[in-house]
Amino acid sequence: MTASPHVHDLGMPAGPDLTTVSGAIDASIAANGPKQTELRAKDLKTDQEVRWCPGCGDYVILNAVQSFLPSLGIAREDMVIVSGIGCSSRFPYYMNTYGMHSIHGRAPAIATGLAASRPDLSVWVVTGDGDALSIGGNHLIHTLRRNVNLTILLFNNRIYGLTKGQYSPTSEVGKVTKSTPMGSLDHPFNPVSLALGADATFVGRAMDSDRKGLTDVLRQAAEHQGTSLVEIYQNCNIFNDGAFELLKDPTTGPMWTIPLVHGEPLVFGPGGASCVVRDDFGGLRIAETNQVDASQIVVHDAHREDPSYAFALSRLSSQDLRYTPMGVFRRVAKPSYDRMMADQLEDAAAQQPADLDALLAGNDSWVVTSSS
Amino acid sequence: MTGTNPGISPAASGVATDMDRAAHSSAPGGLVKSVVELDRVVIRLAGDSGDGMQLTGGRFTSETATFGNDLSTLPNFPAEIRAPTGTLPGVSSFQLHFADHDIMTPGDAPDVLVVMNPAALKANLVDLPGGGLLIADSDEFTPRNLAKVGYASNPLEDGSLDKWQLVSVPLTSMTTDALADSGLGKKEAERSKNMFTLGLLSWMYHRPTEGTIRFLERQFRRKPQIAAANIAAFRAGFNYGETTEAFAVSYEVKPAPMAPGKYRHISGNQALAYGIVAAGQRSGLPVFLGAYPITPASDILHELSRHKSFGVRTFQAEDEIAGIGAALGASFGGALGVTTTSGPGVALKAETIGLAVMTELPLLIVDVQRGGPSTGLPTKTEQSDLLQALFGRNGEAPVPVIAPRSPGDCFDAALEATRIALTYRTPVILLSDGYLANGAEPWSIPAVDELPDLRVEFASAPNGSAEDGTEGQFLPYLRDPDTLARPWAVPGTAGLQHRIGGLEKADKTGNISYDPANHDFMTRTRQAKIDGIAASIPATEVDDPAGDATVAVIGWGSTYGPIGAACRRIRASGRSVAQVHLRHLNPLPADLGEILARYDRVVCPEMNLGQLALLLRAKYLIDVHSHTQVRGLPFRAAELAAVLQDVIDSTGTTPTAIPSAIPAEHTVGAASNGAVL
Ligand SMILES: Cc1ncc(C[n+]2csc(CCOP(=O)(O)OP(=O)(O)O)c2C)c(N)n1
Ligand code: SF4
Ligand SMILES: [Mg+2]
Repeated sequence: MTASPHVHDLGMPAGPDLTTVSGAIDASIAANGPKQTELRAKDLKTDQEVRWCPGCGDYVILNAVQSFLPSLGIAREDMVIVSGIGCSSRFPYYMNTYGMHSIHGRAPAIATGLAASRPDLSVWVVTGDGDALSIGGNHLIHTLRRNVNLTILLFNNRIYGLTKGQYSPTSEVGKVTKSTPMGSLDHPFNPVSLALGADATFVGRAMDSDRKGLTDVLRQAAEHQGTSLVEIYQNCNIFNDGAFELLKDPTTGPMWTIPLVHGEPLVFGPGGASCVVRDDFGGLRIAETNQVDASQIVVHDAHREDPSYAFALSRLSSQDLRYTPMGVFRRVAKPSYDRMMADQLEDAAAQQPADLDALLAGNDSWVVTSSS
Repeated sequence: MTGTNPGISPAASGVATDMDRAAHSSAPGGLVKSVVELDRVVIRLAGDSGDGMQLTGGRFTSETATFGNDLSTLPNFPAEIRAPTGTLPGVSSFQLHFADHDIMTPGDAPDVLVVMNPAALKANLVDLPGGGLLIADSDEFTPRNLAKVGYASNPLEDGSLDKWQLVSVPLTSMTTDALADSGLGKKEAERSKNMFTLGLLSWMYHRPTEGTIRFLERQFRRKPQIAAANIAAFRAGFNYGETTEAFAVSYEVKPAPMAPGKYRHISGNQALAYGIVAAGQRSGLPVFLGAYPITPASDILHELSRHKSFGVRTFQAEDEIAGIGAALGASFGGALGVTTTSGPGVALKAETIGLAVMTELPLLIVDVQRGGPSTGLPTKTEQSDLLQALFGRNGEAPVPVIAPRSPGDCFDAALEATRIALTYRTPVILLSDGYLANGAEPWSIPAVDELPDLRVEFASAPNGSAEDGTEGQFLPYLRDPDTLARPWAVPGTAGLQHRIGGLEKADKTGNISYDPANHDFMTRTRQAKIDGIAASIPATEVDDPAGDATVAVIGWGSTYGPIGAACRRIRASGRSVAQVHLRHLNPLPADLGEILARYDRVVCPEMNLGQLALLLRAKYLIDVHSHTQVRGLPFRAAELAAVLQDVIDSTGTTPTAIPSAIPAEHTVGAASNGAVL
C-alpha cells in the first residue's frame, strides 16, 4: 500500500464551500509540522505487554511487520491497523500506529469506511481464519471485489485460538477438537481460492517463520493499489501445534512447497525435480521435471488478468498441504474504490458546485410576504 | 354550515351550503358553474400499484403547496412492487389534507375518494363517510375486474353506492381519446390516465398547473414524446372539468396564513437527508453514509447519493453490519459517520453500536421505523423500536435517542442528533418512522447561516503524561470535564497515535483493562456522559393555552400531529388538556418528572404497546395511562380526542356546560391556530 504521507488528499473537491469540509482534518494534521518518515522497528513498538502464548507464531509475524514497515517510508501516524477479534486481532495494541481492535469479523467493513474516506492513509487489516472466513466471510469477499485500498493480513492457524481450540473454516476434514470429538465434518475453505473467486486483485501467501518470504509478499501487498489479501500460515502452538510442519520441515518443506516468483518457471522440490504444467482441461498439474519438455513448464505470471490461472495454482494444494504454492498468486492493476469514489466527488463538484441554500430551496418553493 | 362538505354538488346533495360563499362563473359553452369556498378538504386517490397514484398524489401536493395551503399527506402502499393487477393487495393510495388554516394531520377520513378500479373502491370505500364524493374510472369496472375482487354486479350501476355522491367518469378512454394523435400505442397512452385525473382534480380545486407541466418536462427530458403525452392528458383532464356537466361545482380553498418566509413542501426522508448534508456543512466534516437498502429508509440513501458535490460519500454496503461498520471506520478517520436503516437493520447493527459506545466515536444511526417484529409491515408505520433503540444492546450501553415530530422536523432532528454525536463523542439514534418518511408538509426553508454551528476541534497535541511521569503523552480517554467527552484524534496527526477497541478501557490511557474498579468506574462514566446531555436540552414546552389542565397528554415522534389535532378538538369543546411532546427520549429532559407530576392524569398515546409509558412509569413512578394502536397507520385525531375526553371527564374536575360532542378540527377558531408547541 503506497500512501503519500505529505499530501492529504481527502478527495474533497476544492471550492469556496468545501474548503471547510475536510479542512478540520487537514488543519489538525498540519498542526504537527513535517512528517517523520524515517523510522526504525523500535519506533513501531508500544509500551503494551504482548500477551500471546510463548512460542505463538503471532510473535514472529509482529516482528517481521515491525522490521519491514519502516522501509515503506510512511509516517507512523499515517498507518492504521484495524482488526477483528481473535488472538491475532490483538495485533494493533502492539503497533505504535493508529489502530482499532474492533468486533468479530467486521474489520474489513470498518477499514473500508476509513480507507474510502481517507485515501491518504495506509490502512491494514489483521484478521484470523475464524474472524475473516466464518463470521466475517461476507465482508471479506465484498471488500475484495470492491478493491478498496487496504492490505489484509489473514493469520491462518486453522483453529479458533482465542476461544480455546474449536475447529475453524480452514481446519482439515476430520479435525478432532473440543467441539468435534468425532472429527469435523465440513469441508474447509482454501482462503486463496476464495479470494480469487471474489476477483481479488492481489493475493499472496506466506509462512510465519519465513521472514524473507513473508517480507517479500508484504512489500508487494503494500505497494499494490487496491485490496491485497495475504494469507499467513501461523502456528498456534497451544491448540494446533505443528499444523504447517510439513511445509516448515527442512526435508519435507521443499518437496511440498511451490515458490511463486513472477517470470520464473514453476520448478520446485529437491533438485528441481517437480514442476507445474498445464493439464488437458485448461488447469494445472504437477509433473516430474525430467518427464516433460522444458517448454511445457508454466512460467509464473502474477499479472494475468484472467484469475483462472491463479485459481488453478491455488487448487494444486490439498487439505494436507502437499503442493502448496507460496508467494504472490495474483497482482493486477485495477482502479481502487476509494480513488473512484473521490473522483466522483470531484466530478460532481465540477458539474454543480455545492450550494446548500439552493439545495434546501429546491425547485418548487414559494414566498409568503406577509401573514394574512 | 361552513361548506366543509366538499365535493358535493350543492344542488344534488341537499346539504345546506353557505351560498354566500359560492360564486357562479360561466364556463365555455355557456355552462354555468359555481365555485364553493371550503376551509379544508381531504382527498384520497386510490388505484392499482401500477396506476401511479403516489406520483399523482405527490404532484397534487406540490401544486397545493405552491398555492399556499397548509397540508399533510399520507401515502399508503403495499410492500409488493406490483401485486397482480386489479387485486386488493395491489391497491395503493395517497391521502392529502389541505386547508386554509394550520392543520396537523392527513385527515381521519377522506371527503373525496378517487378510485381507478374496482379493487381500489373495495379497499377504500369503508373510509368514505356517507355523502362523500366518489369519483370512479368507469372504464375499469369491467366484468373481469369486478370478478377479481368479488363484485357480483357493477356497483357503479346497481345502486349500491347511493349513499355517496357518485360520479362515474370514463377516465381511461377519455385519456386515450385525448392522446389519439400522440403517436403512442393504446397501452402506453392509457398510462397517462393518472395525469388526466390530476388535471381534472386541479380544475376542481383551482390548483396552479405550471409546476406540473414543468415537472413533466423535467421528468421526461429524454423522452419528449412521453412528456408531451402526459402534458396533453393533464390539460385534457383540466379542460374536461371545465366543460363537462358531470361536475357543476369547483372548490376554492384559500391559502393558509403562514409566517412570512420562503417555503417548499418536503417529505421526512428528504428533510432528513438535507439535514445530514447541512450537518456536514455546518460541522466542516465530510459526511460518510454506510447503508444497506431497506424500506422505508432507502430514500435517504438515494437522496444523499445525489449530493456528492457537498463532499458526501455514500457507500451501499453488503449488509447493515458493514454499513454501520464503514460509517464507524469513517468516523474514526474524522468524518461524520452516518448509517440509515429500519428496525431489522438496527437489530443487525446492535453489536457495532456497542463498539461505538465503547470507542466513544460520533456516529449517527437513523432508524426509520416500520411495522414489526421481523419483516413485519415494511411499508407501514409504527413506533415499536423505542425500546430496541434504548436498550437493544449487550452490556450497559447508553445511547442518546431523539425523534422528529413532523416531516419537516426531520431536518432539525438530524442537526440535533449530529450536535449530540459530535459534542459528546457518542453514537446517537434518530427514530423516524414510515409516516414521517413518506408524508409531506410545507416547510419553511431555513437560512443556512442561521443553522447551528457544529464545528468540532480535533485533538492536535498530547494532553497528559504517562503513569511513570513521562510528559507529552496522548491520553485518548482523558475527558472534557464538562461534557465528559474524550478527545477525537484523527489518524494522520503525528504524536497522537493510539489504539481503541471494544475491550474495556483503562480510564485516561485507554489501554486494555480488566480491573474491576476500573470497569465499574468506566461503566458509570459512560452512563454519566449520556445523562449529562440533559443539561444541553431546552426546558420542556408544555402546551396548555388555558393553563388549567389537569390532564396531560405526552407523546413522541410522529404522533405529534394527531395528538395536537386531538388537543385542539378537546379545547374547542371547552375542556383543557396539556400537551407535551418529547424530542429527546434519552436522556429525557431534566424537568420532565416534575412537569408530569403536576397533572392528575397523564395519557400516553403510542403506535406500539406502550413503550414510552413503560419508561415513564419506571422512571417517574407515575401511573401513566397508555393508549396504544398498531395498525400500521397513524392515529385518527377523532379517536384520540375521544380517549382524552373520557380521561378528562372521569377526573371529575371538568368545567360545567361542556358540549358532549367534540367538534372537528376544521371548526377550531383562530385562538388555537398555531398555538401548538
Ligand atoms: C460476536 C462474537 N461471537 C463470538 C465471539 C467469540 N470468539 C472470539 S475469537 C473467536 C474465533 C477466533 O478465531 P480466529 O479468527 O481464527 O482467531 P485466532 O484466535 O485463531 O487468532 C470467537 C469465536 C466473539 N468475540 N464475538
Ligand atoms: S492460543 Fe494459539 S494463536 Fe492464540 S496466542 Fe496462544 S498460541 Fe497464539
Ligand atoms: Mg485462527
